Amino acid sequence: MAADTEKHTAGAFDVRNIIGTLLGLYGVILTAMGLFADTAPERTGNINANLWAGLALLVVSAVFLVWARLRPLVVSGHAPQDPGPARRDRP
Amino acid sequence: MLNTGATVLASGTLIQVDAVDYVIVFIYFGFVIGIGVMASRRVSDSMDFFLSGRSLPAWVTGLAFISANLGAVEIMGMSASGAEFGLPTVHYFWIGAVPAMLFLGIVMMPFYYGSKVRSVPEFMLRRFGPGAHLVNAISFAVAQLLIAGVNLYLLGSIVHALLGWPLPVALVVAAAIVLSYITLGGLRAAIYNEVLQFFVIVAALLPLTLIGLHRVGGWGGLTDKITAAADSGVGPPADQQLNSWPGQDLSGFGSPVLSVIGIVFGLGFVLSFGYWTTNFVEVQRAMASDSIASARKTPVIGAFPKMFVPFITIFPGMIAAVLVSELARVKAGETVPGGSSGDGVTYNDALLLLMRDLLPNGLLGLAIAGLLAAFMAGMAANVSAFNTVFSYDLWQTYVIKDRPDGYYLAVGRYATVAATGAAIFTASLAGNFSNIMDYLQTLFGFFNAPLFATFILGMFWKRMTPTAGWMGLVAGTASAIAVWATNEWGPLNLPGQGAAFLAASTAFVVDIVLSIVVSLVTTPKPPAELAGLVYSETPRDQLVDAEEATYPWYRRTVPLAALALVMVIVLNIMF
Repeated sequence: MAADTEKHTAGAFDVRNIIGTLLGLYGVILTAMGLFADTAPERTGNINANLWAGLALLVVSAVFLVWARLRPLVVSGHAPQDPGPARRDRP
Repeated sequence: MLNTGATVLASGTLIQVDAVDYVIVFIYFGFVIGIGVMASRRVSDSMDFFLSGRSLPAWVTGLAFISANLGAVEIMGMSASGAEFGLPTVHYFWIGAVPAMLFLGIVMMPFYYGSKVRSVPEFMLRRFGPGAHLVNAISFAVAQLLIAGVNLYLLGSIVHALLGWPLPVALVVAAAIVLSYITLGGLRAAIYNEVLQFFVIVAALLPLTLIGLHRVGGWGGLTDKITAAADSGVGPPADQQLNSWPGQDLSGFGSPVLSVIGIVFGLGFVLSFGYWTTNFVEVQRAMASDSIASARKTPVIGAFPKMFVPFITIFPGMIAAVLVSELARVKAGETVPGGSSGDGVTYNDALLLLMRDLLPNGLLGLAIAGLLAAFMAGMAANVSAFNTVFSYDLWQTYVIKDRPDGYYLAVGRYATVAATGAAIFTASLAGNFSNIMDYLQTLFGFFNAPLFATFILGMFWKRMTPTAGWMGLVAGTASAIAVWATNEWGPLNLPGQGAAFLAASTAFVVDIVLSIVVSLVTTPKPPAELAGLVYSETPRDQLVDAEEATYPWYRRTVPLAALALVMVIVLNIMF
């Protein structure tokens, strides 16, 4: 990333995208486990815990990804303390 | 130690993990290191490395603020205490954390952030000069190395118990991961990982709690089972396990009135204010935020998740005590072989055993990832606070001054490597001399109470002198140690946490009284040097963000803090 003075969005390095991606991956894995693997009903008390947790993770993941998309984080190359518009754009 | 370790390994691991669990854990490791690599591209000077360029929004620093504290010791310790004592453990959150966090945000943060200091010890330096600064900086740096080592040791022993890796291998792998992302990305990598860790921990512990509640038949089923067990003589009386107040078993005071006073003043005021308001590990997260308004909101925003953490740490502990047969037997006073240490099941195994009994493969991997996340983030928080204090407060201030900024950035990176090496060393000590480590940790706890006294007096009383600064700290700490030693080996005999509460309270009072007396007979600093550091000498507009008044209420510090206070009072009444 060049140290330019222009403002640009943080993109992949917005922590919301990182959270959204990781939780989304986990959501996919757990949902698949819930659908196709042993759900161990004797441990969970007859709940398909993997499936429900997987679906919940997918929802949370979507919230973070959409939030990051709707309100992108604007970073300026310089002057981190600059009280310019960049600050108001932050959630 | 190593021999028993080998036996456990030979007899299999505590939990049967599957390939999918490994995949989930390794995906997490990949993200952790990826954050370090990406953050390293943003590090161009020492401010980027040590304080993340003061550029992060309040919700990020707020989550990092509580994650830095939500380490291994906290998660395992609180579920263990939940299993042993029940609901009174919530005092560590609702009395022992939230009020102090709100106080930090409203009252103290403007001085920390507004004075532009780069660390809590640096505030000491500017307010009281080198005497108090050295006491604060050195004790803090040493304590961080020690705590990082304890965190690392716990991490290693959990990896050993869960995945069957030999302890030395687990120690080195975990240390190498933490080292790589802190050295690369500095505080920004630590903070981003802490935020990520927060969500992974919730994703790991929330399903565990819900499945556990389902299995015991909800809150009603849990209270019935605890009552039944307590009536047959297992653990403290049921009403003490199921009500947070007055919490005699937790405080160790027999009288309910003394117990309430001990918890409110000892834990709630002195211990918790000392920890939360002066501990640079916490305050550093707020200093990394983008404005004084965000810095003040950091602990306030952190207070909201903090008040709900007990539900996913203490509750699983309480559930484990009635659902996991080994733990129920431990609570009944039996000795049960096995456990993560190999020396028998203890309350510290509550969470691990509950995971084993309740979670299907898949969620199990997520739970292990969550625990590893907590351990690594705890250690990373200690290391990143250590390298800042070491580089700015010790090296730059006393050893090699006036070099270009890049030099101190390099010092910070070397300090990180050295700190990680030291943590591996203390971790191996912790395995062999666990009692000594306990004592040392207790000892460092004693620095916090007098620190808070010195800070709060120094911030609001301009007459307080530099001499009073360091003398109050030394005498306060010494008096805490004296009280504790009297209790440990002498005539005073308080069980439970009572001695720690009393020691901290004594230290606080001694520090305040001595500081006032010494200040009256020594020379204060000229008022001009106290601007930004003392309330009466600081222009009002330096303490608040002018822009903040234009925000809606849910983005302003004081209304948010008021809401948090009301919520925590409601929680106290409900439980």
